[in-house]
Amino acid sequence: MNPLLLLLLIPLITAACIALAKDTKQVRLVSAIGMSVQLLLAIALLFLFYKERNGGNTEDMLFVSSTMWYESFNIQLKFGVDGISVSMILLTAIVTFAGIFASWQVESLSKEFFISLVILATGVFGFFISLDLFTMFLFYEMAVIPMYLLIGIWGSGPKEYSAMKLTLMLMGGSALLLVGLLGIYMNSAPDGGQLTFDLTEIAKVHIPLAAQLFFFPFTFIGFGILGALFPFHTWSPDGHASAPTAVSMLHAGVLMKLGGYGCFRVAMYLLPEAAHELAWIFIILTSISVVYGAFGAIWQKDLKYINAYSSVSHCGLVLFALLMMNETATTGAILQMISHGLMTALFFALIGMIYGRTHTRMINEMGGLMKVIPFLSVVYVIAGLASLGLPGLSGFVAEMTIFVGSFQHTDTFHRVATIVACSSIVITAVYILRVVGTLLLGPITNNHYLELKDAQWFEKLSTVTLVSAIAIIGLTPFWLSDLIREPLAHMIQNLTNL
Amino acid sequence: MNWSVISSMRLEVLLTLMILYQLIADLSEKENKRSVINFTIFFFAVITIIGWLPSTNANLFGSMYIQDELRVLLKNILNISTLIVLLQSTGWLNKSGNQSKTGAFYLLIFSTLMGMYFMISGGDFLMLYLGLELATLPLTILAAFDKGIRRSAEAGIKLLMSSAVSSAVLLFGLSLMYGVYGTLHFSEMALLTDVSTVSIVALIFFIAGLGFKLSLVPFHLWTADVYEGAPLPITSYFSVVSKGAALFTLMLVLYRIFGNQSKEWTLSAYFLAISSMVIGNLFALRQKNLKRFMAFSSITQAGFMMLGFVNSDALGMTTVIYFMLIYSLSNLAVFGVLSIVTNATGKESMDDFNGFYATNPRLSLVLLLALFSLAGIPPVAGFFGKFFLFTAAASKGMYVLVFIAVINATVSLYYYLLVVKAMFMNKNETPIPYLFSSWQEKAAFSICFAGIVLIGFFSLVYNYVQYTVG
Repeated sequence: MNPLLLLLLIPLITAACIALAKDTKQVRLVSAIGMSVQLLLAIALLFLFYKERNGGNTEDMLFVSSTMWYESFNIQLKFGVDGISVSMILLTAIVTFAGIFASWQVESLSKEFFISLVILATGVFGFFISLDLFTMFLFYEMAVIPMYLLIGIWGSGPKEYSAMKLTLMLMGGSALLLVGLLGIYMNSAPDGGQLTFDLTEIAKVHIPLAAQLFFFPFTFIGFGILGALFPFHTWSPDGHASAPTAVSMLHAGVLMKLGGYGCFRVAMYLLPEAAHELAWIFIILTSISVVYGAFGAIWQKDLKYINAYSSVSHCGLVLFALLMMNETATTGAILQMISHGLMTALFFALIGMIYGRTHTRMINEMGGLMKVIPFLSVVYVIAGLASLGLPGLSGFVAEMTIFVGSFQHTDTFHRVATIVACSSIVITAVYILRVVGTLLLGPITNNHYLELKDAQWFEKLSTVTLVSAIAIIGLTPFWLSDLIREPLAHMIQNLTNL
Repeated sequence: MNWSVISSMRLEVLLTLMILYQLIADLSEKENKRSVINFTIFFFAVITIIGWLPSTNANLFGSMYIQDELRVLLKNILNISTLIVLLQSTGWLNKSGNQSKTGAFYLLIFSTLMGMYFMISGGDFLMLYLGLELATLPLTILAAFDKGIRRSAEAGIKLLMSSAVSSAVLLFGLSLMYGVYGTLHFSEMALLTDVSTVSIVALIFFIAGLGFKLSLVPFHLWTADVYEGAPLPITSYFSVVSKGAALFTLMLVLYRIFGNQSKEWTLSAYFLAISSMVIGNLFALRQKNLKRFMAFSSITQAGFMMLGFVNSDALGMTTVIYFMLIYSLSNLAVFGVLSIVTNATGKESMDDFNGFYATNPRLSLVLLLALFSLAGIPPVAGFFGKFFLFTAAASKGMYVLVFIAVINATVSLYYYLLVVKAMFMNKNETPIPYLFSSWQEKAAFSICFAGIVLIGFFSLVYNYVQYTVG
């Protein structure tokens, strides 16, 4: 049996078992077991993938299986992975695993909470293994809609407003995307013959330029909305701020990556000429994203808003690097997706844990936490350092690669854009260090904080998993960048050999 | 009359028997109608099943009556919906005060269904018109069935007036057609290919006449008031069965007879689709009464159906039927929950559903899935229905229309989510208490639930529809 199908089956079985569980304890246990198995499976997939590659299998996609689903539309259940998807699957498994433990203390309607969370994860896994645009779209929407319930029921603050805003904006994005995908489908056989949703097949045909130019914006913006593309990012700060911890983790950590991944694999890969023609518009927009997000983070006082704006900036960098369309920059982009996924998940986990203790997320109301909750504070510092790109942690590897790649363009436009984007590194340092300074160091502002307890075992497990992943990528980046570079080389060729 | 005629007209024959049975059963003076209700449901379930048995194609009575696989399928879809409506109406019929109406209720419902059979099977515009009238007039009585309630009486009158107008419009179209073609026979009309101004006007009048039944904008003005005033089982019958029959008739006539004028009617479908989706959505946004809410929602959904008509090939027809099937099951699931709530508490406002999940988790989940299906959220069936409709429109290059449609689908998601929000998120001091559903209601939910969840995953259903369309 195809190992990829297990990636879908295990979450579904887990969800079914959660539904049968009797009390909160069992619910937690079942979800923890299910997602641990999923994590092991993702790691096993990585090794299986290496084994196939080293065994001399040079196909673009491995573990491909396809079953005809709707014959009249030529819709197939086609699954397969390359290096990029394997690394994204690994990221998803790690973040989901950490997310389950970070939401250990959810008491109200815990069953429904964990089921929605697992369904969300199923959608994400399904998206990353799909090679058919229809199933890809199906899983994409399946990942978005549980967010509404998750934020609306278990969130905080103006949760109903944020949930509705997030859902409608993302569904608006998928509306654009649907038009784009249908356009690609209708042009997938310009010489007559069978239309297809199959990604690998469409990549081989040449879609007429006029169609490419028309549908590229739909597809790119459609995915870009989920990737927090300026000016369609406004759902992200509100949504993340109101979401419960695990949901912020999964959403910023994984779901936003669906946007970047889709922009590259669908919009740019399938519509390469239009990508070249129109890249300048989106380079401008993403440069704004990068800088605007960073500045936005400076003005904020709420920890979650700071992190949400920082996500806008970092995800903007992902799209920015993808649009540079050379091997180095795009490798950096994928690395940045993984690195940002891990550290933003870590941030949100920590913010949730700190909020659970201090009952506030305003940085000016807190201070001196390092003295009372040293474990969480130290991890927070590590996450901060990773975010501002300290060598030895994953953020450095990613951003370094991106900027080296971007500078390979010699024309003025790309140079200026790169310099603008680069400036975000400095701004990032400002807000990260400011938060670390006021929140963790300095005098204890509230005597009540003296009684705070440090992390419990499940919190430690959740954060340590993420920290170790960040450190592993930071210290030994080459296994990952080689894994990504190999399919990219081929895809970039498709983009540049017009 | 021989066996082959009876076997190809078996649905009509059985339904006639059913109507006769209702007349006889109504003679009994017993106060308790439970056995009549149960037997009727059993009898109709048998009819529904027999409908699926293989049948032979037939052209009877000088081609006045046509039976083929497609028409059988369309009637079967109506049968399933009617069966669900019958199952759901038991709670309402068992209420004191309604028991005496049982016989009349069934008699009228089955008469309209008979009319719809003849609308679908008609091989001549006269037969079609007869069927249409038979399907409409009893409905006006049904709408005014709560005779003590003013709203209900108002609904009846409104429906009667607008039906009369729409029939007049339709008849005017038919008379023009007769003037142009010299015949009202489908088989003869399909052979005449000349397109003239008069024939286009005639076609537009015909579309307008059926547009009333389908509650397409701008022919929708009766919809909200009638939906709100009529008793709930009747409202759900309106929104699903009556609408389905009108849709199927329009489809058969346009695709099968006016194929050569497809340029004209796809254009009108284009504009009807846009107006219905936009206006339906705009009005649905602010509705607090769930019956009115469903009325505008069904106007929007009718707009989506018009998207399939933009494609004059078999693909358009297939997607329209497929979507109608899914829409019926989803809409009936919503109405099922509403009818249980209304029967027990008399509440039908959205605010009354605050905190519904805490007391009625199962009903809430059914409603959640049904609303998601109406909004077109995967993995439930509505997603597939909408996606294929969009594909049908896109395959004719109508990307602007598809774009407008997907934006409208997003807008409609907003108000469907408002109901979800009420059930799951809003707090309520006095929520609706736990409601018990009878076995009939459970059976109805099971059919809807299975349909909503499974139809999308199994391409079999779509392939079968495609096969019958040919």
